[in-house]
Amino acid sequence: MHIMDIIIQLIVSFFATAGIAIIFNVPRKTLLHCGLVGVIGWIIYYILTEQGMDVVKASFFGSFVIAIVAHLYARRFKIPMIIFIVGGIIPLVPGGMAYNAMRNVVEDDYLQGLQYGLKAFLITGAIVIGLVFAEVIIQLIFRSVRSSKVKIQKVYKK
Amino acid sequence: MVLQEADNELTIDCLLLAGRIMIESGAETYRVEDTMLRMAHSQNMPNAQCYATPTGIIFSLGKTQPTRISSISSRVTDLQKIALVNSVSRRLTSHMITLEQAYDELKSIQKTNYFLPTYLQIFAAALASGCFLIMFKGGWSDFPIAVLAGGLGFLMLVLTNHLTKVKFFSEFTASLVLGFVAFFAVKYGYGTELDKIIISSVMPLVPGILITNAVRDLMAGHFMSGMAKGAEAFLTAFAIGAAIAVTLGF
Repeated sequence: MHIMDIIIQLIVSFFATAGIAIIFNVPRKTLLHCGLVGVIGWIIYYILTEQGMDVVKASFFGSFVIAIVAHLYARRFKIPMIIFIVGGIIPLVPGGMAYNAMRNVVEDDYLQGLQYGLKAFLITGAIVIGLVFAEVIIQLIFRSVRSSKVKIQKVYKK
Repeated sequence: MVLQEADNELTIDCLLLAGRIMIESGAETYRVEDTMLRMAHSQNMPNAQCYATPTGIIFSLGKTQPTRISSISSRVTDLQKIALVNSVSRRLTSHMITLEQAYDELKSIQKTNYFLPTYLQIFAAALASGCFLIMFKGGWSDFPIAVLAGGLGFLMLVLTNHLTKVKFFSEFTASLVLGFVAFFAVKYGYGTELDKIIISSVMPLVPGILITNAVRDLMAGHFMSGMAKGAEAFLTAFAIGAAIAVTLGF
């Protein structure tokens, strides 16, 4: 893995995610941040797969981090979290696998097509689980932070 | 008493309009219900009940109070409108603006078109397609073809959306066009890897927001909406896949 490759990936993933964000019409002031969310998710996925990790697991970690960053941005800008997530997960969507599945089915190779199709299904599931895990964890953290703040205030009042 | 009823009418109008804009712009159903109920509670309507699906909203004030329905036929993806309605609802629930102001703002949000000009959207789609090609380990020599295919595909999507309201047809024609562009480019020697060009230029058409929202609705326990959105996402993906299958069949 060359350092130049990573830099190129950083740049292209920013423009790809920002382009998708423009198509979905995100608020103008958050365009840069949407691009950054995409860059973070993609670079984690890219490095993990380059290190030989399975695509399914790498997709899980990518979407997990995307959801955490999106949640922090959503709190900062006070707008729905979905705005930051959508652009970020598009690069992780298993378009290539779905394409290969379709291609093999067209070529009458149903077994191979089914194999690719199931892999695409697994990756989608991994992305979803990553998003859900991140959301649950971040809610737990914020709740415990809030309750400990309340406790500290009570102690001070006494 | 009469005055209070007129007041209620305005409040319900305002709430339904907020929910309607959110669903029409592609928000998650649970967020729509949550927003409407928060707004209702801030307007002294503690018994309010709300049931939202991707095709309509039912809102009731509870007990013998009136119940209203708003049916929704078309949905697009417009995240900016969701953010704007969200900010109106935030300000209304914290009593920074009155109900009348909120209603006026919502009406102007519904009328305004917040999308960037079409040529900029096509440019964004084209650029994104080219960038996806590099991300999927394609060669730089295929970059212009991916940009061209992605741009023409998205142009076709916009054109067919303009001409006909048939669902999934615009995705089908768009993928058909970009598939043929990639196919002929590779055939006449302008591109090398057909697979990667098609995969990357199809990415702007992927129903990303539908998939995410379907799952988030399912996780929030809104099984009806989740399944409905999942079906819409599946049919969109199927339309794209069918068109690509047609081009690959050559």
